[in-house]
Amino acid sequence: MAKLVYEYILIRFGELTTKGKNKIEFIRKLANNMKSALSNYPDLVFERTRDHIYVHLNGTDPDEISPILKNIFGIRSFAKTLKVDNDIEAIVKAAKDIMEDKEGTFKVITKRANKKFQLRSDSINRMIAGEILRNFAPTLTVDVHNPDYKLIVEIREKNTYLMAETILGAQGFPVGVGGKAMLMLSGGIDSPVAGYLTMKRGVEIECIHYTSMPYTSLESLNKVKELARLISVYQGQINLHIIPFTNTQMEIYRVCDESYAITMMRRMMYRLAQRLAEKNNCLAIVNGESIGQVASQTLESIGAISEVVDMPIIRPCATLDKLEIINIAKEINTYETSILPYEDCCTIFTPKNPVIRPKKEKCRWYEEKYDFEPFLQEALENVETVIINPSTKFDDDEDLF
Amino acid sequence: MYTYFDYSSTTPVNDAVLKAYFKVLKEYFVNSQSIYPRGIEVNKLMEKSREKTASLLGVLAKEVIFTSSGSEANNLAVKGTALKRSRYGKHIISTNVEHSSVENSLKWLEKYLDFEVTYLPVNQDGVIEINDLIKALRKDTILVTIMYVNNESGAIMPIEEIKKIVRKHPNCYLHCDCVQAVGKIDFDLRDIDMASISAHKIYGLKGSGVLIKKQHVQLAEVISGGNQEYALRGGTSNAAANIVFYKTLRLALEAFKSAGDKIKQYHDYLIQGLKKLDKVLINSPEDGCYSVVNFSCLTITSQVMMNALSLKGFEVSATSTCDSTTAVSRVISKMFQDEDRIKGTIRVSISHLHTLEDINRLLLAIKECIEDYG
Repeated sequence: MAKLVYEYILIRFGELTTKGKNKIEFIRKLANNMKSALSNYPDLVFERTRDHIYVHLNGTDPDEISPILKNIFGIRSFAKTLKVDNDIEAIVKAAKDIMEDKEGTFKVITKRANKKFQLRSDSINRMIAGEILRNFAPTLTVDVHNPDYKLIVEIREKNTYLMAETILGAQGFPVGVGGKAMLMLSGGIDSPVAGYLTMKRGVEIECIHYTSMPYTSLESLNKVKELARLISVYQGQINLHIIPFTNTQMEIYRVCDESYAITMMRRMMYRLAQRLAEKNNCLAIVNGESIGQVASQTLESIGAISEVVDMPIIRPCATLDKLEIINIAKEINTYETSILPYEDCCTIFTPKNPVIRPKKEKCRWYEEKYDFEPFLQEALENVETVIINPSTKFDDDEDLF
Repeated sequence: MYTYFDYSSTTPVNDAVLKAYFKVLKEYFVNSQSIYPRGIEVNKLMEKSREKTASLLGVLAKEVIFTSSGSEANNLAVKGTALKRSRYGKHIISTNVEHSSVENSLKWLEKYLDFEVTYLPVNQDGVIEINDLIKALRKDTILVTIMYVNNESGAIMPIEEIKKIVRKHPNCYLHCDCVQAVGKIDFDLRDIDMASISAHKIYGLKGSGVLIKKQHVQLAEVISGGNQEYALRGGTSNAAANIVFYKTLRLALEAFKSAGDKIKQYHDYLIQGLKKLDKVLINSPEDGCYSVVNFSCLTITSQVMMNALSLKGFEVSATSTCDSTTAVSRVISKMFQDEDRIKGTIRVSISHLHTLEDINRLLLAIKECIEDYG
């Protein structure tokens, strides 16, 4: 059978339909996000209505763009739609063509908006179902209560539209409607997941990564860039701010007790994150902390660390088990990269006995006694920002393969 | 100007592979094991090639071992198994038509380490009888090594059946010399413990090969040295060749996919033409690999035919190039008894680079040679 030529893809919105006045803004944002994600397909035409977005294909293969649509937040589901003349024979044939490669149960739902059409919905349902059963039973059977496929036939003024397959979207809100946040991207498993979950709620993210060259390698930095690239899929492009952290870290190790080194280090990281966030109009800090996972992530530690900033801190992984986080990481394809064995700034200089219940007072005492400010200033002055998008290549060696 | 008909012996390097090779040689000359950034970079490219090669073949990255040749891969598989696993037994089964690198590895084991080797005979179609294999298998058999496609006759061994038999013997590995199979037939590495591949037979570089060694397989190292290639074969990695190995393999498999039908057409045309000639017998089995056409002219010896054809501008061979100091084809002599047939063997190997016109001219030349010297 020749491949069916679909007319458009119908996009249904998720939660945003409940959002009253902001709805128009949401739809506009979603349409823009879709346009930029699909910018490689010039023939597509986007049509916005109150309840749906129609992506007119004009010859583009819907199966090629559907993996891209699946990654766009704010889409509840979408469906490939076929257009035929308002002619019962054409409608029945199209219905048969659509169902040809399917197995399971189905139900035909005809909506006759065009009341001038000579047949009633019920008779159309019967004619179509009869034709499908004659051709494909028992591979396809009717189930009117719980069908695998709802074959929807909409008879409108000029044409009839048919769709059978509803593909689940990524849900969530269109990225950008919720403002922007700064993600602390380490190179581990958790932080890319935290970034993904935040984007899902419509928040655009920028990333801050702390490097400890030469104690960490170029490889570990490349790994972080690759992680940023992998999650950039969900918002088109991502700013990665690489901040040199070695000198701050060395100073901490010089002056603080080893057991407090991690707590102090995290306080400094938070400070840098907030300042960089403010500079880049971010409204919150996001990180991959999960309660109790390591010494610096006990509630006492989190308390002692976050008192240094006054910006909201979002911890999407806070209550997830490691396995749950890993499952999401696998789903979004970051897991394999995250587990590459390169040292990052948190894994070098790991103290033997980090304090599990650090005292805020002691941290404050260190910071009063020693001036870390010049180190933080120096780090901020030397931030390097890389703009990364899904097709960014970190080397030009593709021609070797 | 010669028209080349000896692609089973070696192949010209694909331009895209050559270009990539130059680039690596020029830009990435540092040792892939050095730990400064450029060394890491080279190593990364090599590992990428390994990973991609693995996924193309449906195996794991750690199952790909880069070697210097198909012969080395065969040596590593045969001798490596024998040395590592002699406590399970000292019996190996092979065929009497293997490539010299397998055959002589086996003789080496017989000579120096008291191994016992059963060489299964082949029938007139150039393949073994499965019953012979079943009969030959013993408790102390630690390895069955059988080539996928024969380099001289083009016969395709019944590997799927062989897999089923060997799988019933958990102590016994199955090694397949796949050098002549890759890029020429559909092959499946499932249930094969080790497989050898050579780059220069598939439009890649000489001095480059791969042994696929499934992760459960234990081998003794054959070249003692550094810990390159999982310490199974030491020596500074031939990074440039290993990096372009993937590209070589990918392009060869793509060419087979797109030009397989064309080669079959050439093959059939050549066979039809040869069958019409008097005193010519086809040695290749009917269901063999289409890239190889082996025939004998009963009235002209191989050497004379080769000389005559090269005077007319055609390069063909009589026997495996690796055995070419011997006068007669070892493989064909195992398939047939007729002395004139064995003495008159000619191997023509076809490529997608040929045109039908090339095949036609070759046929005409063979015909003329028979008329002049037969």
